[in-house]
Amino acid sequence: MNFGDLDLNTTWFVLIGVLFAGYAMLDGFDLGVGALHLFTRTDEERRIMVNSIGPVWDGNEVWLVTGGGALFAAFPIVYATVFSGFYLAFMLLLAALIFRAVAIEFRSKQPMRWWRQMWDIGFSLGSLASSFLIGVTMGNIAWGIPLDERGEYAGGFLALLHPYSLWLGVTTVALFMMHGAIYAVMKTDGQLQDKLRGWVNHCIIFFIICYAITTMATLLYLPHMAARLRAHPALFSVALLNMLAIANIPREIHHGRDFRAFLSSCAAMVALMALFGLELYPNLVYSNPNPERSLTAFNAASSPKTLGIMLTIALIGVPVVLAYTVSIYWIFRGKVKLDKTSY
Amino acid sequence: MDVLLLSRIQFAFTIAFHYIYPPLSIGLGVTLVIMEGLWLKTNNPIYHQMARFWTRVFALTFAIGVATGIVMEFEFGTNWATYSRYVGDVFGSALAAEGIFAFFLESGFLAILLFGWDKVGRKLHYFATWMVCLGAHFSAVWIVVANSWMQTPAGFHVVGEGLDARAEITDFWAMVFNPSAMDRLSHTLCGAWQAGAFLVVSVSAFYLLRRKHLDFAQRSLKVGLAVGLVASLLQLVTGHDSAVGVSRHQPIKMAAFEGQYESLTNAPLTLFGWVNESEERTYSLEVPGLLSYLLHGDTAAEVKGLRELAPDPADRPPVNLTFQFYHVMIAIGFGMIAVSLTAAVFWWRDRLFQTRWLLWLLVFSVLGPQLANQFGWYAAEVGRQPWIVYDLLRTSEGISRVVQAEAVLGSLILFALIYLLLFAVFVYLLNDKIQHGPDPSDLKPTGKLSPRPEPSA
Ligand code: HDD
Ligand code: HEM
Ligand code: HEM
Repeated sequence: MNFGDLDLNTTWFVLIGVLFAGYAMLDGFDLGVGALHLFTRTDEERRIMVNSIGPVWDGNEVWLVTGGGALFAAFPIVYATVFSGFYLAFMLLLAALIFRAVAIEFRSKQPMRWWRQMWDIGFSLGSLASSFLIGVTMGNIAWGIPLDERGEYAGGFLALLHPYSLWLGVTTVALFMMHGAIYAVMKTDGQLQDKLRGWVNHCIIFFIICYAITTMATLLYLPHMAARLRAHPALFSVALLNMLAIANIPREIHHGRDFRAFLSSCAAMVALMALFGLELYPNLVYSNPNPERSLTAFNAASSPKTLGIMLTIALIGVPVVLAYTVSIYWIFRGKVKLDKTSY
Repeated sequence: MDVLLLSRIQFAFTIAFHYIYPPLSIGLGVTLVIMEGLWLKTNNPIYHQMARFWTRVFALTFAIGVATGIVMEFEFGTNWATYSRYVGDVFGSALAAEGIFAFFLESGFLAILLFGWDKVGRKLHYFATWMVCLGAHFSAVWIVVANSWMQTPAGFHVVGEGLDARAEITDFWAMVFNPSAMDRLSHTLCGAWQAGAFLVVSVSAFYLLRRKHLDFAQRSLKVGLAVGLVASLLQLVTGHDSAVGVSRHQPIKMAAFEGQYESLTNAPLTLFGWVNESEERTYSLEVPGLLSYLLHGDTAAEVKGLRELAPDPADRPPVNLTFQFYHVMIAIGFGMIAVSLTAAVFWWRDRLFQTRWLLWLLVFSVLGPQLANQFGWYAAEVGRQPWIVYDLLRTSEGISRVVQAEAVLGSLILFALIYLLLFAVFVYLLNDKIQHGPDPSDLKPTGKLSPRPEPSA
């Protein structure tokens, strides 16, 4: 691989990766908080959980929306093939995302117990299902899907549910739960925080087990993914970085440096996504069998003109977006305090 | 039922549902900017209370708007994959621009608008309100640009042939400013302002009838009515511009709007009627010569009819349906002008708040813009048929080839159930908020928002 002469197509491969990595890093903790939500007991604890992500979840989800839009614009063939090929999976994902979004808004609007329980369940199941389906999708992209000679998906819905992709779904749930638990520790205090601290450790162990199995399965069954690693041993440093970042989390938590633990977790996720992208490049959708039909950053892209226009849009837009995203996280820093404006 | 029909039903249903909420957010956004601006200017806490109350309503519409919007973005790929391959090069950049320029802005500053009342200073909060309002407008800009490109494609060329054919961009600005984009954008935004403004008007009129929250209701009503009046009048201007544009760029659609089969000079404007498509006849009440005059400034000008423009009925949209949608929208448009002018006259005479029949009319006025917005889009989109991209790609060619009918049926049922639930909950919570009314404690702004001047910001 040669990232030296960064052409437009490769640039967009990287940018799409950045958008989805941003989504995983940011919405990942929302989804994780959602998955953990049902484990908290009292109504107040639950409100704190919801409000810990209250001001930021919508902005985080926009990373997915923008990632989708950018994929449509930069690699329309990939967008079309994946979205129509994974039809039912994506419809379920949409349903899960809808429930999660509206549950946040609705749950605390009425005092009735049944009302709150209903939306609590919607919030938790929606978050769990979204994480799982995102993982399954990633699993299929890694494993490869059968494509016909026109580059369209040639399998059924059930063909997407093989052990590898299902396991990646579980791994993703574990990853997001770990990430969400750390975020929640950072945003809470008192008893709830102590409880969450305990969960962080469980989540880390759960994730490490999942991750070890995934890695072994990848090395054993997905030679095309591992090939790049073998050809460029330097890439192992990314994997190493990932391991170090994860190993660092319990240490920081132990010393009560929650923010650093969270940064560590973010770093781990970015390293994971980078590794995924590096192993995949230049493929966006690997065709399995018949690798020659794979959709790559070159044969599935828009015209250079469009890629150039989009790059201009990104160069203007992204710095501004980053600037106010950081400001908003800054304004809402610190522990959650419930007040009149809270959910 | 086949994949094509099911996909069309699903797309129509999900977008129509989505389109209940964004216009409310866009319109409410404008009234929020005005109310909070008045508060900053006058320091009268009643305006603070108004801004807080309407912000809570805004949050509700916004949440459903977001949740249903994501569905729309996915559906181009899931249900219209062939279309996506064909137009991605052109259409995708508008959609991506929407994400970067609009949604991030909106969702970011929304956090401050909703939760920042006590956390930031008054000026910064007001800035955030502006940004949310702007962001909502930008979403409309990009999506309407994209949709207008499907109506009047420009700034592209077609490369490849047959299955591999696709549109590639040649001129970005020509794509953005395609012939119908600005007419339709201004018209859609006015429709959105009406939707938000008349919600405010309706709820305020309801309070006045119930003799509750009088000061709050009177002031809200004035803000809503002012925005509503301006938007309703502008709607006629921008709607007329759209009609002229349609007659120029999509004459078949215009002929369907008017149910006109023969090419005519001195063509009449129909007020209402019924089209018998098998006999190719339109029974209607009409004003002779007015259509020729409105479209070409000359009663003697010729307006072409369907038989000449599209001799093959397969190239025509469903004429009667298009005709009815279009005319209901226009009737409502004039109705809204009449209602808001009447109310303005009574306001001017200082009798608005006592005239009960008028207040009742205003209570129901909220439905007008909603219906007109829906019917306007139906007219525009059904009138575009049989094309998904006008004159380039047929709707029947745009669907996903690998998706099965059962899958689409399943997702359609799924969305129908979820959206019914959402709609019920929305109405229930909105009603609950209205019954509760404004929060008395909002009359005393707290924290950094208290009117006492801060040492420094
Ligand atoms: C409050 C909503 C509302 C109201 C009162 C009106 N409209 Fe409208 N109209 C819309 C909301 C709308 C819309 C939903 O915004 C549409 C659909 C697509 C679009 O661009 O705007 C639309 C489309 C639309 C089109 C078709 C554009 C196209 O096909 O590309 C025409 C010709 C008009 N309108 C004309 C009018 C006239 C002459 C009106 C008389 C006052 C009027 N509209 C009232
Ligand atoms: C098929 C076309 C459409 C697509 C793909 C689409 C996509 C989306 C998406 C993905 C969101 C959620 C953004 C977020 O997460 O914050 C959204 C919300 C929104 N959309 Fe749409 N949309 C469509 C039609 C429209 C139209 C026609 C308008 C207005 C004229 C509009 C205006 C908005 C606004 C203002 C929001 C913010 C939420 C709200 O205010 O309710 N959209 N849309
Ligand atoms: C927001 C208000 C909108 C409403 C109420 C609306 C309504 C409809 C309806 C009723 C149809 C079905 C037409 C038919 O099958 O005869 C349709 C089709 C469609 N519309 Fe729209 N539309 C809206 C906005 C948009 C926007 C903003 C876009 C694109 C940016 C869009 C793209 C499409 C596409 C791709 C189809 C499917 C092909 C077709 O059936 O024509 N629509 N819409």
